[in-house]
Amino acid sequence: MVPLSYYLLLSGILFACGVLGFLIKRNIITIFMSIELMLNGVNLSFVAFAARWHALSGQVFVFFVMVVAAAEAAVGLAIIISVYRTRETLNVDRVNLLKL
Amino acid sequence: MTPNPYLWVIPILPLAGAAINGFFGRRSSKKAISTVALVFCGSAFAMALILAAGFSSASAPYYCNLAHWIRSGSFQVDFSFYLDQLSLVMLLVVTGVGFLIHIYSVGYMWDDDGYYRFMSYMNLFMFFMLTLVLAKNYLVMFIGWEGVGLASYLLIGYWFTQDSAAAAGKKAFIVNRIGDFGFLIALFLMIKHFGSLDFTQVFTAVQPLSPETAGAGLLTAIGLLLMVGAAGKSAQIPLYVWLPDAMEGPTPVSALIHAATMVTAGVYMVARSSVIFERAPMALMAVAIIGTLTALFAATIGIAQTDIKKVLAYSTISQLGYMFMACGVGAFSAGIFHLMTHAFFKGLLFLAAGSVIHGIGGEQDMRKMGGLRQYMPWTFLTMTIATFAIAGFPPFAGFFSKDEILWKAYSSEYGSWVFWLIGVITAFITSFYMFRLWFLTFFGDYRGGEVNDGAHQSANAHAAHDHSDHGHGHGPHESPWVMLGPLVVLAFLSLVGGWIGIGGRFEHFLAPVFQVPAFHEASATEYLAHGTAGEAAGTGTETLLMLISVAAAILGLLLAWTLYLRRPQLPARIADSLGALYRAVANKYYIDELYAVLFVKPLVDGSTTILWHGVDQGGIDAAVNNSADAARYVSDNVRHMQSGNLRSYAGWVAAGAAAVIAYMVWMGIR
Repeated sequence: MVPLSYYLLLSGILFACGVLGFLIKRNIITIFMSIELMLNGVNLSFVAFAARWHALSGQVFVFFVMVVAAAEAAVGLAIIISVYRTRETLNVDRVNLLKL
Repeated sequence: MTPNPYLWVIPILPLAGAAINGFFGRRSSKKAISTVALVFCGSAFAMALILAAGFSSASAPYYCNLAHWIRSGSFQVDFSFYLDQLSLVMLLVVTGVGFLIHIYSVGYMWDDDGYYRFMSYMNLFMFFMLTLVLAKNYLVMFIGWEGVGLASYLLIGYWFTQDSAAAAGKKAFIVNRIGDFGFLIALFLMIKHFGSLDFTQVFTAVQPLSPETAGAGLLTAIGLLLMVGAAGKSAQIPLYVWLPDAMEGPTPVSALIHAATMVTAGVYMVARSSVIFERAPMALMAVAIIGTLTALFAATIGIAQTDIKKVLAYSTISQLGYMFMACGVGAFSAGIFHLMTHAFFKGLLFLAAGSVIHGIGGEQDMRKMGGLRQYMPWTFLTMTIATFAIAGFPPFAGFFSKDEILWKAYSSEYGSWVFWLIGVITAFITSFYMFRLWFLTFFGDYRGGEVNDGAHQSANAHAAHDHSDHGHGHGPHESPWVMLGPLVVLAFLSLVGGWIGIGGRFEHFLAPVFQVPAFHEASATEYLAHGTAGEAAGTGTETLLMLISVAAAILGLLLAWTLYLRRPQLPARIADSLGALYRAVANKYYIDELYAVLFVKPLVDGSTTILWHGVDQGGIDAAVNNSADAARYVSDNVRHMQSGNLRSYAGWVAAGAAAVIAYMVWMGIR
């Protein structure tokens, strides 16, 4: 049996990759994918804990997260398309009309 | 006390006229404006006549409670009006002379652009003046008191595009505020100690008090404060400085407000408060001294003035001084008598002077007049009557009232030969400067010929404005009949107005108002009997004093005749030889300059540096501005956090999350 710490380590690595991608990348789609990566990193730790403690609530929670992520993806992609249509770019640094 | 429910209509009538002309006059024809103004003012006069006809001393005083005003516990003030012998005299003088001057104004102001405004202000003045004289309590009187001040301000500054007129209006208003301050404090004292402002109630409360002969007390304080108010309104030392400047207003205004009616309000107020003054000998003494000094002081200034209206202005101050002298020696009815005759002849003098100014194209300098007798015979005739009346020649009106005052100044309990002597000297000076004016204006040769042709561009912006209709520049001419009519009526009154005082009839008529003085334990009838007996004993002295005062008047006439008709080069030589003294008199003793240094400049400088720059700019403005500046400074620095850069936001979120986790981990280890 794989020890819990492995899962948590992987989960932390995934989450850190997500954060780094979010901070570093400029393409809005990549940033979006980084968010998904973070969510899944967290999901992994949820299921790991659920398996470890034999508690179903962790797994139920993961389903919730996945549902919300799916909804978020739908809305987010719609926004991204709309941004692209008006700004003709996916570079977030260019989307700065409200900047001082 | 008899109720008369119609008293309130008298003041309201001119108010209606003022409102109609004020709101609709701009689009009305001048005929309509005149009709409105004259009808409302005239109907007030008619109602006053009806009241006078139905007036009986038995049922007087009449009163009328119009509405409740202030009800606070036991303290009550109502909008109520009151008519007794004293208010009746004032009512007739104000409405009668006021109506005549309204008629005159139609002719005088016809060509002025602001005609409707002028008529509206005049009616407004009538409303407030009538409120003042018909009030039943001090507070309603105070409404009128302040209101006539307002009307006076508006009318002095009627030609407000000229700085001098605007400044004169302000000066009158501000100087009057000082007096009103004293008046108000007196009212507060009455409320505090008598719990009422109603004439009847206050006087009933005062009546049982004994005279404050030993030391100054409450009544003396009230009396002195009332006198401060009266000195402001009636232009007495030290608050007289506004009246000469008030001559910036149109001449009918000078006649109505600054000679006949408003400036006598102070005398009326002191006479109305006679019950208080009679129990405060020191206040009475102060009134007498102020009046006497003012009479002499203003008369001497009048000698050296060259502006015809300024001479009359100082003459008015001087005559008002006479009235206060009369009140100050306890002869209130003599003061009111002089008030009435003065309203006739001084109103006439101003109107005639206005007619002169009108007839020669706006010139006010007497040195540029002369010989006008042949050009304007009616003006000359009426002015002559007025001059003789004010100088105190029998049988003109001024003789009777002035003689009455001088006799009372000598003979009354509070009187003294000093008052009488100064009064006679003043009478001599009065006669001199009035005949000086008369000779300079109407006799000799016309000295304004060369001025008249090109007068309007060069001479005097005020005068040109005053009489833009006379830009055509032909010689002196008589005024139209709409102006001469009032002159003739007033001349008639100046001639016969004094006769009602013969045999003490006027005094007896007013006697119920000026009740038994406190020092007499006897009843009113006994007092009157005593008074007549005393007069009978002093008849010889009275005749002598009368002869002396007539002699003083004749002396003044002769001196003026010598100096200004027979040897016209003499005055200049005398002026030269007097040097500094003459310059001081000609410059009004530099009182304006003195006040400017003593009061105006410190006030203006103090207000500028301390209140304006210090408190207002440094304190209030600075608090507002500095807090705004602080908010902007902080925001300027903080706003850089809102960069609009998505990844920097994310960085902050990540850093925050890391910090929270680090904190929790650290706490967890502990």
